[in-house]
Amino acid sequence: MAGSVWVVAEQWQGRLTDITFEALALGREVADGLGVPLEALLLGFQCSSLAGELGCADKVLYAEHPGLKDPVPELHAQALTVLARERRPGNIIVPLTNTTMGVGTLLAKRLAAPGVNFTVDLRVSHGALEARCLLYGGKIQALVRPQGEPAVFGLWPGARSADAGRSVRTAAVEQVAVTLPEDSRVQLKRYIEPEAGEVDLTRQEVLVAVGRGIQSKDNLELAEELAAALGGAVCGSRPVVDQGWLPLARQIGKSGLTVKPKLYLAAGISGAPEHVEGMKDSALIVAVNTDPHAPIFNIAHYGVVADALELLPALTEAVRARKG
Amino acid sequence: MNLVVLMRMVPDVVEELEIAPDGKSLDRDLLRMIPSESDDHALEEALLLKERYGGRVTVLALSAPEVADLLYTAAAKGADRLIELRGVQTGLGVRAAALACADAMTSLAGVLPADLILTGAQAIEDLDGLAAPLLADRLGWPYLGVVTKVNELADRTVTVVKEFPGGFRGEFQMTLPAVLGIQAAERPPRYVPVAKVRAAMKAAKIEVGQAPEPIAAPLAGIDLVELCKPEAAGRAEMLEGAPEEVAGKLCELLAAHGLL
Repeated sequence: MAGSVWVVAEQWQGRLTDITFEALALGREVADGLGVPLEALLLGFQCSSLAGELGCADKVLYAEHPGLKDPVPELHAQALTVLARERRPGNIIVPLTNTTMGVGTLLAKRLAAPGVNFTVDLRVSHGALEARCLLYGGKIQALVRPQGEPAVFGLWPGARSADAGRSVRTAAVEQVAVTLPEDSRVQLKRYIEPEAGEVDLTRQEVLVAVGRGIQSKDNLELAEELAAALGGAVCGSRPVVDQGWLPLARQIGKSGLTVKPKLYLAAGISGAPEHVEGMKDSALIVAVNTDPHAPIFNIAHYGVVADALELLPALTEAVRARKG
Repeated sequence: MNLVVLMRMVPDVVEELEIAPDGKSLDRDLLRMIPSESDDHALEEALLLKERYGGRVTVLALSAPEVADLLYTAAAKGADRLIELRGVQTGLGVRAAALACADAMTSLAGVLPADLILTGAQAIEDLDGLAAPLLADRLGWPYLGVVTKVNELADRTVTVVKEFPGGFRGEFQMTLPAVLGIQAAERPPRYVPVAKVRAAMKAAKIEVGQAPEPIAAPLAGIDLVELCKPEAAGRAEMLEGAPEEVAGKLCELLAAHGLL
């Protein structure tokens, strides 16, 4: 019989993250399709109470160890490797976020197993799993079939809704023992709180977001003028922050904030998966980009193929005129 | 300090990407190749460390069209040694390539021992893994990814800052030698004028390394069925016209949504 499907639960600051439930929802589908149990792997220290939230799985395997308290990828990968060798799961879904980055890759390598990155969907086909992976900044999808078990899938956020993976059921919990080195080569010293932004972007109803297409820091003014006309604030994607044009507190996406404004106007943003995960649930998304094939148009409600530097001032003027 | 940077060329996604007739690769004739963005940041962080602590920076790049430009630009920015690694296929997948790179670093004279290996936290073609943890595992070194700053490089340890979600960061201490997956350098990668790159072309030498063993299966254990362009579930309704015209239409839409 094929091995069970494992979902590795991800924690951040003592709570299970949304992607854990997204992965459980997806794991449930494929475990049912394969006719195998779904098992959630909860790794940590003094966090057994979280197991009660993992009822979407048939069973929770709980590994407690002081070395698993902090998000040190190599220790989590080591614990998972030992457990996978003992229990032989068929497929392992590992969240692919900043918190867990590297865990799936190390696990697959150490198990000498197929590793599939950037997974956005899994389907059962002829008794095995097929994965869809988002590559090249979201412009190309790959359909792949891992050869052999266990296969390790690194999962992007957003594959399923988190609510679909939450359950009022309670799964049986089995505590499993893991041995880890006493002295870790990687140690968390402290967390650094987010830099306080002058505005709370998560409370803004209108966000004008700028990306690489804004071309220079001087052009930020165009976005600021539109945001002011609309009564909103300016935020940006990673390249704009890396260039030092906007502070980290204004970044939307994987390393930044997740926002759900009434209007998200994306100017010169291509729509890489890392950015999309932070804004995809906005009520109304309008995208402006010179590239008609930019992935942002796949999630926007309205799109304009244009140079943001030309459209932003025109829109600001039109908004001002309408508001009188 | 001995710092090694692994860099790769990847397709520029700003350009149109076309799938080749085999359905399993990109049409490379039409691709414009550029250095992987986070690799560029890894180089910048290494150069900043060299400026702060002294030492040398070795750049090892996988052979690819225009990789000489990448290497000479690195030299113009301050890299001391340039190596083009041949016999490792670039393109989809990084697992076999990363392991071959680790082996090449071991076998090429004078690359190791090093204090730090820096490479991009992830690249857009990393279908079967990430380079930094693969290098670390092969070499038996500690790894941390999504690193945005090196706070202190001491004799036996390095203190780094890694990004978490929501603007949170974490400070970690690692024993040396270590592998860092760099998300972004402390400051934007430096700009070098073309004249300086041209000067580096005359003064710097690119060494050619050969992978110890040819790579048999670039995607070991994975069957690539096809590449395709994502099908949009609900693609945007496109607005057309001159900027003023589109701005007017957008205003109507915003008003209809109660936003004006």
